[in-house]
Amino acid sequence: MDVFVNLVLFAMLVSTAFAILQMRRLFGVVMMAGVFSLLSALLFVTLDAVDVAFTEAAVGAGISTVLMLGTMALTSRDEKLPRKSSVIPILVVMITGAVLIYGTLDMPDFGSANSAAQTHVAADYLERTPKDTGVPNVVTAILASYRGYDTFGEVVVVFTAAIAVLVLIGGLARRKDDEEETH
Amino acid sequence: MMEFVLGHMNYWLFIILMMTGFYIVVARGNFVKKIVGLNIFQTSVFMFYISIGKVAGGTAPIYPIDLNVDPSVTYSNPLPHVLILTAIVVGVATTALGLALIIRIREAYDTIEEEDILEIEQAMQRKENAIEGSAMGGRA
Amino acid sequence: MRHHLILRVITKLIVPPIILFALYVQFHGDYSPGGGFQAGVIFAAGLILFGIVYGLRKVKKVLPPWLIHKLTALGVLIYGGTGVVSLFFDKAFLDYSVLASYPKDGQHYGILAVEIGVGVAVAAVMIAIYYAFAARPPRINDEDW
Repeated sequence: MDVFVNLVLFAMLVSTAFAILQMRRLFGVVMMAGVFSLLSALLFVTLDAVDVAFTEAAVGAGISTVLMLGTMALTSRDEKLPRKSSVIPILVVMITGAVLIYGTLDMPDFGSANSAAQTHVAADYLERTPKDTGVPNVVTAILASYRGYDTFGEVVVVFTAAIAVLVLIGGLARRKDDEEETH
Repeated sequence: MMEFVLGHMNYWLFIILMMTGFYIVVARGNFVKKIVGLNIFQTSVFMFYISIGKVAGGTAPIYPIDLNVDPSVTYSNPLPHVLILTAIVVGVATTALGLALIIRIREAYDTIEEEDILEIEQAMQRKENAIEGSAMGGRA
Repeated sequence: MRHHLILRVITKLIVPPIILFALYVQFHGDYSPGGGFQAGVIFAAGLILFGIVYGLRKVKKVLPPWLIHKLTALGVLIYGGTGVVSLFFDKAFLDYSVLASYPKDGQHYGILAVEIGVGVAVAAVMIAIYYAFAARPPRINDEDW
């Protein structure tokens, strides 16, 4: 039953990705990207990652869609027909995919309880969190307490992105005849 | 053999999604579509990473509210969730920055197709070579 | 958006519960899925919805741009300040056990303060980016979509 749900979600994700590839109206592309984010949030829930699903649904289907629609209103509505041939991209993509699949051949099975990822640090955190912090949500405890320094770096990155966007498009659009006069 | 395929199928399915996003970035010329393809690539990498941390028969890593931990319940690995939470927020920051750059490109070149911008840049370069060439007596 | 009566009525009804839900997610991050990032993004989404339906000028009267720009820095400052406080007590950076008399309570206070800093910073950043994108005059009319 689990496998069936995952396969259905994955089939919908792949068909959404192919629809994005084919569509030329950018409005449809942006909406499909929002659908992709929501479907991936569902997939995260079936993989037991509820915090990640929450964040992905809010960020991907909310903020990302609004910003892309804002960009579309300021740039253009349709994509031009691609003129160059797509043989080289397909070749590059297939070689990269083959190398990645070769790399996963000796990874542990899906869901195995004694793989290297589950045994050392994670088991230690799961055991120590009730005693050290008394916080039931282990993900918040790791994010804010055990790995608090990384989260500080992340907040600074978000702040830097805001500054960069304000520098780029914070002021009003300069008129074109102003620029031609100064040349 | 069948268990090997079933055990690794999730990795391969997510690699297929990754390659679809990668193909959109490489093969399509419109910048907004490239950013959408990059987002698809990014989200499928997150799914790959989180599927490494799943434990069969486990549940979400949140204890009951009175902290009576039942030792027979297995919990999924919380560490990939923390890393991917950070990565999602950083991803939206870079997407916002990329979209701001697209707006400025549109104001500078009046188009957001890669081939058109390449033609405009090449025409500008040829004009500059012609001007500087004539100033140096015919040799650019 | 003057002729979209249903949108305006529904937005008036739904934006307060969105903000309330954002505060709920912020403070229940310790006990259920949630925390600073999710709460900040949900708060920003509520404000952005109000801005889309009622116009940029009205939402700028609620949260003016100079206040948003200062709030982005304030969020980072709260986070960094919590870390620096423990430096004054002779312990490592971001060591929360000095914030109360018992180390376990100190962790609670530390996590709470840090998540508030994160929530304020993320909400202000998303709203600031939306203001920057929406302030430019659009090239596509409302009817041509």
